[in-house]
Amino acid sequence: MLNRDLVIIGGGPAGLTAAIIAAEAGQSSLIIDRNRNLGGQLIKQTHMFFGSGQMFAKTRGINIANKLIEEARKSELIEIWNEATVVGLYDDKVVTILKKDKPNNKYLKVQAKAIIVATGASEKVLTFENNDLPGIFGAGAVQTLMNVYGVKPGNNIVMVGSGNIGLIVSYQLMQAGVNVIAVIEAAPTIGGYKVHASKLRRLEIDILPSTTIKKAYGTDHVTSISTIKLDEKWNEIEGTENFYEVDAVCIAVGLTPLSSILSMVGCKMKYIPQLGGLVPIIDYNHMTNIPGIYACGDVVGIEEATSAIVEGYLTGLNVAKYLGKTHPQYDELIEKYNNELRILRSGPFGEKIRAGLLRMEER
Amino acid sequence: MMLKVTGVAEANQIKTRFPPLDYLIKPKAIIECYEDIPCNPCSTSCPFQAIHIGVDINQQPKLNVELCTGCGICVHSCPGLAIMVAQSLEDKIRFKIPYEFLPIPKVGEVWNAINRSGKLIGKAIIEKVINTKKQDQTLIIQVLVDKDLLYDFVTIRGLYE
Repeated sequence: MLNRDLVIIGGGPAGLTAAIIAAEAGQSSLIIDRNRNLGGQLIKQTHMFFGSGQMFAKTRGINIANKLIEEARKSELIEIWNEATVVGLYDDKVVTILKKDKPNNKYLKVQAKAIIVATGASEKVLTFENNDLPGIFGAGAVQTLMNVYGVKPGNNIVMVGSGNIGLIVSYQLMQAGVNVIAVIEAAPTIGGYKVHASKLRRLEIDILPSTTIKKAYGTDHVTSISTIKLDEKWNEIEGTENFYEVDAVCIAVGLTPLSSILSMVGCKMKYIPQLGGLVPIIDYNHMTNIPGIYACGDVVGIEEATSAIVEGYLTGLNVAKYLGKTHPQYDELIEKYNNELRILRSGPFGEKIRAGLLRMEER
Repeated sequence: MMLKVTGVAEANQIKTRFPPLDYLIKPKAIIECYEDIPCNPCSTSCPFQAIHIGVDINQQPKLNVELCTGCGICVHSCPGLAIMVAQSLEDKIRFKIPYEFLPIPKVGEVWNAINRSGKLIGKAIIEKVINTKKQDQTLIIQVLVDKDLLYDFVTIRGLYE
């Protein structure tokens, strides 16, 4: 059994900023991440971020990741385990880990005094006939192939979902030389920012609202799909099928919190659709009902990466304080980051998250 | 059809983002941000304080056309690529637009002028290609287009044939 004061599960934007600010307060931490790279989804984001000029706006996601990773690596107080997967979490704050090690992987146990769960989210899937054919990807997989490994996922693709991820990935596909035939959207209006939608329309890409994917065709690989129009009650309208020849389909229909490890440890959970699914109930300091176990980022509710960055800072400050290391500017930083979050969530696009957070407060 | 359904702004909406024609004798920013989203780099990047958003970054940017010099810094600072600069010359309109595709146009080439629905509407003569380190790979392309394309032109795509 190894001993560490603070274990952070997940080295994406929330985990990284939590570690960085905790280190600033003098608190050491161990970041455990199952991937080869830190940075989570940020490393796939080649577009400029929105948000406030003070919080990395107009910086490309990959550059935000590089900056945070460099800061974390520079700190002597931050220990990083890559290619290490947390497989168990127990209420006495023991973490069990499967760590890549040559020639054999090994299981390790770490006894922590405090834990931050920053595991992020996983993609939702869509049910339709033959949705398991090769060539049908989640948007995250498309971004990994294209932006991390430089591999084109196909040549003619239909995007399913017009949220910001669907719109942004479509634009990135066009930049990579992949022909995006159309973006289809089950809702009657475009889900993401209209500026992203306008970028696609300028490229002559159709965005088709009230339309869903019905079936994929092909034997060993998707070769075509059919779509169908939906009425205002989301029922299929007969006779409105359309067929597209494709060699890839990208599914971008939203994310759901990757919260299973919090369920496992016995945290109080609640199903809140506005936050993307099953989330832990957390208090104002981002602590769950189990003292010393905290959660931040998409695992407590699906939002933009900028919110995860800010939540990480807030949680890192609070965990450090819990462990007896109060940041010298604790009060003003807490106020600053809470204010940032409030502003990020205050517009019309924050309506869903505001409703979700209200539901979390109803006990 | 509405922007939230089509992704294309309507003609009357677009015109609200253009200053009166007299102002366009000098280059001015045209800010096509029609939605309250949490974002403010246009405002914080403007060296002349010509773009106002304020503390609530969900507010849409407001251009002070008197203060705007048409420098184009906001054009590559907008994460939504929703800003361009327009200037009315004697017989042409000069635009500065953001551009993030390959191949990169070359000065002197004639490219297809494209409207907001992606359709070909005329010719765009490439006048300048600006790509400084600060722009972080969002190029600014300066083009000349015909005068009647003022409210229709938005980008370029491929050589004009």
